[in-house]
Amino acid sequence: MINLTINGLPVSVEEGSTLLEAAQFLGFPIPTLCHMEGLTPYGACRLCVVEIGEGKRSKLVTSCTYPAEEGLKVRTASARVVRARKMIIELLLASCPQSKTIQDIAAAHDVRQQRFKQEYEDCILCGLCVRMCEEQMMAKAIGFRGRGEKRSIGTPFDVKSDACRFCGGCMYVCPVVELRCTYNEPEKAICGACANLSPPCLEKEQFDDMMCYMDPCVACEIKTD
Amino acid sequence: MKTEEVANLTERHLKAGDGLISILEDIQGKHGYLPEEALREVAEQTGRSLVDIYGVATFYRAFSLTPRGRHLIAVCSGTACHVRGGPRVIKEIEQQLGISAGETTPDREFTLETVACLGACALGPVVVIDGHYLTKVETTKVKGIIEQARKGLDKVEVKGDERVFPIEVSCPRCNHSLIRSDVLLDGIPAIRVTVAFDHKHGWLSISSLYGSYTVSSKHHIPEDTIVDFFCPHCHAELLGGTMCPECGAPMVPMIVRGGGIVQICSRRGCKGHMLDISGTNL
Repeated sequence: MINLTINGLPVSVEEGSTLLEAAQFLGFPIPTLCHMEGLTPYGACRLCVVEIGEGKRSKLVTSCTYPAEEGLKVRTASARVVRARKMIIELLLASCPQSKTIQDIAAAHDVRQQRFKQEYEDCILCGLCVRMCEEQMMAKAIGFRGRGEKRSIGTPFDVKSDACRFCGGCMYVCPVVELRCTYNEPEKAICGACANLSPPCLEKEQFDDMMCYMDPCVACEIKTD
Repeated sequence: MKTEEVANLTERHLKAGDGLISILEDIQGKHGYLPEEALREVAEQTGRSLVDIYGVATFYRAFSLTPRGRHLIAVCSGTACHVRGGPRVIKEIEQQLGISAGETTPDREFTLETVACLGACALGPVVVIDGHYLTKVETTKVKGIIEQARKGLDKVEVKGDERVFPIEVSCPRCNHSLIRSDVLLDGIPAIRVTVAFDHKHGWLSISSLYGSYTVSSKHHIPEDTIVDFFCPHCHAELLGGTMCPECGAPMVPMIVRGGGIVQICSRRGCKGHMLDISGTNL
């Protein structure tokens, strides 16, 4: 067992557990976006930052990827952490304001507006869907492509992957529901579950053989770009 | 692109314990780009998922998924080259070729790319064409450079280049000279041997200039063919037991007059060669 202190409270956790797990064990709330139990920690969204160490040597780390260390002093809500977290939320809002998940996190952290150029991306590259596809669905149908500002998630060559079984897992975990439904581009379709399930919020005459299962049902929103 | 070709190539790399990037580099080197079928074949052979391979192929700038031109022009747009007039050079090349950076001309002759820095800042603006570094490029020179590249910068300048010198060779068995004064390549007497491949048999002339790769032969020898070399005088096969460090094909030894051995790769298109003038009695 490893002994550490979180916000002044001593806690012992098993070796190999992360700071996030330790904090959750004590009940300290740490917001997360790219973290999900059952998937490998990825540290992409940076929302779960905490401050470790003391004085001048303190630093911010992502709690979802940082393993618990003996004698570590962790602060989950220091002024520095709160400032950093608010900035991250603002940046997320700047790229993906339409996401309900991000809006909720922003509201919970008292972020009312963001100061950056407003964009309307449909992906925050958190990699949840990629990990879901690989680790839980054992498919590896989608992955990261390109790099830098051209980085994106999708199937190789933008055609339906042979490895994809239409499980819809990627859509289920997506915090911005980017891969919601690609019914209007059937050749790129990743999911298709809506075609197998009933029933339907879709206008029958428009997409007569397509139905959706999302809850809340937003799959039939047409991407306008 | 034949799938068996990719399969063989992948298998060779896997045996050598190479990683994915070496395989992709090889395919890119052979075809100038990474065709979709090739990537699918690599995925199958390596047992990796296509997503991983596609991710690597799209991550690195060195790989391209679309066919590139025969000549690759890379213009430095780093800070130093920028202040020394790099953007003007890029614009001039774009105008001359009628494409913008990152594109390929419709006739597949040129691909224009910009790179962040080539590390030769003092010599800027730097332009790299087919691996040849051109420094202090001015807009007025651009037209000439493109013309030269069209002709092929890889052609060795026999006269001006100090790395090119003539050697006289003889058969390692009968010691007859292999040079034929009546056969000229690169303007000087060439090496003449007999070759056999694929049930064909005939003469092959090799430029006797060390550093030149000019050859001519009776039969057309397809790329990648491993050819058996024979002495035209004693008809002994020229075999040394050494393998080419570049491709693994057997090397062909020839005695250099004045001492030493030169070995050339027996694979058509491979430029592997060794010149050993140490340990000989001059």
